[in-house]
Amino acid sequence: MRKVAIYGKGGIGKSTTTQNTVAGLAEMGKKVMVVGCDPKADSTRLLLGGLAQRTVLDTLREEGEDVELEDVRKEGFGGTMCTESGGPEPGVGCAGRGIITSINLLEQLGAYADGEDLDYVFYDVLGDVVCGGFAMPIREGKAQEIYIVVSGEMMAMYAANNICKGIVKFAEAGGVRLGGLICNSRKVDNEMEMIQALADKLGTQMIHFVPRDNMVQRAEINRKTVIEFEAGHSQAEEYRTLAKKIDANEMRVIPTPLPIEELEKLLIDYGIAA
Amino acid sequence: MAMGAKNNKPTKTVRPDPKDPATIKDRLLAKYPPKVARKRAKQIVVNKVKPGGDVPVISSNVRTVPGLIGQRGCCYAGCKGVVLGPTRDIINITHGPIGCGFYSWLTRRNQTDPDSGDGQNYMPYCFSTDMQDEEIIFGGEKKLKQAIQEAYDNFKPKAIAVFATCPVGLIGDDVHAVCREMKAKLGINVFGFSCEGYKGVSQSAGHHIANNGIFKHVVGLDDTVKEGNYRINLLGEYNIGGDAFEIERLFEKCGITLVSSYSGNSSIDQFANSHTADLNLIMCHRSINYVAEMMETKFGVPWIKVNFIGAAATAKSLRKIAQYFDEPELTAVVEKVIAEEMPAVEAACADVRSRTEGKRAMLFVGGSRAHHYQELFNELGMKTLSAGYEFGHRDDYEGRRVLPDIKVDADSRNIEELAIEPDPERFNPRISEEKKADLEAAGLKFAEYEGMMPEMEDGSLVIDDPSQHETDELIKQFKPDIFCAGIKEKYAVQKHGIPLKQLHSYDYGGPYAGFKGAVNFYKEIDRMVNSKVWQYMRAPWEEHPELSATYAWE
Repeated sequence: MRKVAIYGKGGIGKSTTTQNTVAGLAEMGKKVMVVGCDPKADSTRLLLGGLAQRTVLDTLREEGEDVELEDVRKEGFGGTMCTESGGPEPGVGCAGRGIITSINLLEQLGAYADGEDLDYVFYDVLGDVVCGGFAMPIREGKAQEIYIVVSGEMMAMYAANNICKGIVKFAEAGGVRLGGLICNSRKVDNEMEMIQALADKLGTQMIHFVPRDNMVQRAEINRKTVIEFEAGHSQAEEYRTLAKKIDANEMRVIPTPLPIEELEKLLIDYGIAA
Repeated sequence: MAMGAKNNKPTKTVRPDPKDPATIKDRLLAKYPPKVARKRAKQIVVNKVKPGGDVPVISSNVRTVPGLIGQRGCCYAGCKGVVLGPTRDIINITHGPIGCGFYSWLTRRNQTDPDSGDGQNYMPYCFSTDMQDEEIIFGGEKKLKQAIQEAYDNFKPKAIAVFATCPVGLIGDDVHAVCREMKAKLGINVFGFSCEGYKGVSQSAGHHIANNGIFKHVVGLDDTVKEGNYRINLLGEYNIGGDAFEIERLFEKCGITLVSSYSGNSSIDQFANSHTADLNLIMCHRSINYVAEMMETKFGVPWIKVNFIGAAATAKSLRKIAQYFDEPELTAVVEKVIAEEMPAVEAACADVRSRTEGKRAMLFVGGSRAHHYQELFNELGMKTLSAGYEFGHRDDYEGRRVLPDIKVDADSRNIEELAIEPDPERFNPRISEEKKADLEAAGLKFAEYEGMMPEMEDGSLVIDDPSQHETDELIKQFKPDIFCAGIKEKYAVQKHGIPLKQLHSYDYGGPYAGFKGAVNFYKEIDRMVNSKVWQYMRAPWEEHPELSATYAWE
């Protein structure tokens, strides 16, 4: 079983990319589980066809000690297993602690047990690595490989670099590695070359360049992944390619984060100079 | 006597009483890494009192070096445990996991007399929100509201106070907003304290937060000037082992009216009315000086430092009160009371003194106790070799004269400092500036605490926030006859064969304040320093082995 975590700047398209890629893997016959690690609990809505999921933490709160795996796990598109950690309303409590509790509970319930015959677990994590709780998926060997969703916008690259710093910290202690950058295009100038260069500097690869297409938006409005919504569309093919590349990927590195000056120089070289 | 005839060296073995305290200091520091040693060197000072009372600077109220086992408590302990714990009729709810509430429940042996008020006494209860994982994740404000409601429904108290523990600060529960809401809903006084344990460098931060909270939410709510002559408040007295009862007995005998105590044997109504008193007496300067300062600024009540630990100190403090009120009638009664009380004290002292004279003590406790109890040891003819505070500041060591020189660091800045102004209607200076000046000239000092060090002998070691390592080393070097600290130190010290007297909780004894308390203390110390039990620390076979052998390879 490969344990994969997806990180990236807030709003970059982590949940969309994760679910579309997972749909691609499911089409290939892989058995995949998705763990949403965002208090908003919207990491599995495209696979489940809507926000119907009872979160792990809500269930834990309502059912008390008597929680079954079936209470918190739903089957989605292509046999994917979907869970949502959930968490507090914005501005109260500790969402990070919630992620820790939730992942521990899933483990204890046997969600990752051999009997489940999972090929993949995907952790879809909120925004940046904001506190210890959100680093949970990359701590203690919960996830072994990380993909960072990024675009050619400065703040997205800045966040990607920051996440790499987090990975370095946990790579030394826990063995997590960076599998690559996924460029979710925002159609900025020289985007592919710039992210390629960023990947080189970080010591990793740009595993795929996902072009921008309005089909993604249309599928989302219909609460579906592109693969499910319009299987023959070229964008569906892009996600299938990404899924295949991840499935075949053997590159795992401890990244080398850039000093801020170098990151800015990259932007100038590719963004302004071009 | 097998002694060389050629020299006249005495055979009597002299206790290794080290001559040079600076050498001892070096030994205490020897094992530390250079950076730690540098820091600790500033907190270990050889006392030297210059003419005029100046003493060396001692670094204090600074962070404990991680890894050193210290004596300190946390901010929550200082706020809930020390300052507000002894008030009987406020329901104190600890908002946090159960341990903080449970372990701060009556462990200081604060006593109270519920019959002296309206019978409301919640000290035997422990109230906590018992936070679980769920409240940490989703926030604990809802459960706190329920807890306040439940406490109100069950007991109908006059007031409820809420104390925030570490996790509450981390997850950002707004205890003050909850308290405001519940105050409006229930119509009783409900107030909160952001006294998360991690704040500040010691429990001292919690004292300050407690002082601020009481002053903001309670002091001044009741302007009724109640009957009675010579109306005073006693601040920084916590009624451990019944100390306050003995002091109250003396006040009553002298005709002095106690308006409020902070906070031994106290009630919230007394706090609310305390600004009507005419004089504040401070016992523990460290934990309560803020209330006295704020009350003087806002209401014009002056304060003086007193000490009711030690018979002579008690007599001196009573005389100071008489001097302040300056009424021949009071002065006469005070002198009469002292004359009545002292013979029994003197007799008790004379009885034990032959057995305690020359014995040596060490005191590492609190923020005033290490100072006050030296009075009692002096009366017993005992010498204080070394003393220090857990959480005192420089003014508690060197005197308030150094206040302008104290550098306020970031840790202290984190604790709110209330901006207090004279109350437009109620500010009323209790004595005129001229009168004050006259009294000062006659030796009564206002708003002054001279600190511990000016009263200690030259060459004694003053150690702030001592570590376990230093404690062990000090005991090895000095072999004192008694060591005074708290429960955390008690058994480690006693394993060295030295009795330890707890001066936080008094073990199982007390009161030790006032005249009767002094007698109790004399007897207790006589019992402890003359106990034969310590000579049995080594097993007989260690002293006199029946068999001896050597290893074959030796």
